Amino acid sequence: MADARTLSAALQAPLVARLTAMADDELVLGHRNAEWTGHAPLLEEDIALANLAQDEIGHAITWYGLRSAIDGSDPDQLVYFRDAPDFLNAWLVELPRGDWAFTMLRQYLFDAYECELLARLARSTYEPLAQAAVKVGREELFHLRHSSLWLERLAHGTTESKERLLRAMATAWPLLPQLLAPMTGAAELHAAGIWPDPSELRDAVVARTRSALEGVGLTVGPLSPASGLTDHRGTHPAHLDEVLANLQSVARADPEAVQW
Amino acid sequence: MVTGTPGRREGMPVVGGVAPGAPTEDDALWRALRTVVDPEIPVLDIVEMGIARSVVRDDAGVTVTLTPTFSACPAIAVIEEEAAAAVRRLGHEVRVVTTLHPPWSSDDMTSAAREKLRRFGIAPSEPHGGLIQIALDAPVRCPHCDHPDTYVRNAFGSTLCREIRSCRSCGETFERFKPI
Repeated sequence: MADARTLSAALQAPLVARLTAMADDELVLGHRNAEWTGHAPLLEEDIALANLAQDEIGHAITWYGLRSAIDGSDPDQLVYFRDAPDFLNAWLVELPRGDWAFTMLRQYLFDAYECELLARLARSTYEPLAQAAVKVGREELFHLRHSSLWLERLAHGTTESKERLLRAMATAWPLLPQLLAPMTGAAELHAAGIWPDPSELRDAVVARTRSALEGVGLTVGPLSPASGLTDHRGTHPAHLDEVLANLQSVARADPEAVQW
Repeated sequence: MVTGTPGRREGMPVVGGVAPGAPTEDDALWRALRTVVDPEIPVLDIVEMGIARSVVRDDAGVTVTLTPTFSACPAIAVIEEEAAAAVRRLGHEVRVVTTLHPPWSSDDMTSAAREKLRRFGIAPSEPHGGLIQIALDAPVRCPHCDHPDTYVRNAFGSTLCREIRSCRSCGETFERFKPI
């Protein structure tokens, strides 16, 4: 088992990038979910989305913290003072929240991905990551239960809810390949037992989500990337700027502030 | 030296240290930690919640190890400050470490804590031994009338660790501590 002191120098940069991508995914999705606070279709769902947002942002803090142990970075600096090109989140999480069907389908796809990823990371040879994955994985079960139920409600609800779910699928499904794509150094991290094999993870996530989506009666096409989408994380459609403007404006108004 | 929790959580081994119940000077440290309550559940202290994991004393001072119920729990920062202050009042240098490992479980609460929770109006999570999915769907008794016929109104509640349920017998709506 390795930790931040014994991690080999060659693996530091790939692991830092991987942890940053995971943290950025959670941070941005958490903020998109938080936009529903006060606007969700039901009071219960308003509370649920606020909980999901709080969890995702808390998980982001965990992953930024693991990065910090390796490179000494300050999570607050990373969140509030990086610009969009330096964020490594996937496109899926930064798209506007859209309607309820898109919000829930995106959440389901992300939850299914996280559950598969965390189950594998729980066996990571990088001990701090394995420990955090066990903790976060338990909490993600609550998310997956919730978003899975919404898939069923939307698919079997009304003609309109089904149509909205189909439209959400047309947007979200082609974004899955980027979320699952390997990053630089993936082979080395896998060889060291730190991160799962990206192709095996991708197959597991696709099989799981395809089975769930077909299970509620959707026709799921082949997984081909959205046009204009690169596998490379770090490019962003216009939407991330909007998230960051909202998220960073207060911190940037007084960069010297030590306490809020 | 590491001390186990006096009157420690059921099912949790004492990590080294003194025999349970044996009076030691470290009892004062545990007593100090018992004055710190969970700000989201002010009837429970952090020792009976299983949030305070260990107290280690050496030449450099006292190290208190805490673990959050949920990793995104916003109360943990306040608990860290208050635990440090409680130990500092005894005249010790103190360091507080927060760990996610092993993950906190609702099984880490003492049975006395569960009873206090029930009297506070929150249905506790009964011990599940790790079978969380089964516990999530198991019957839950109403903390007001003790009737078992209750149902989930919302899988999420006022804090990360609770869900909202209603009782078909007395009609009351109540919160349940999630099995985790």
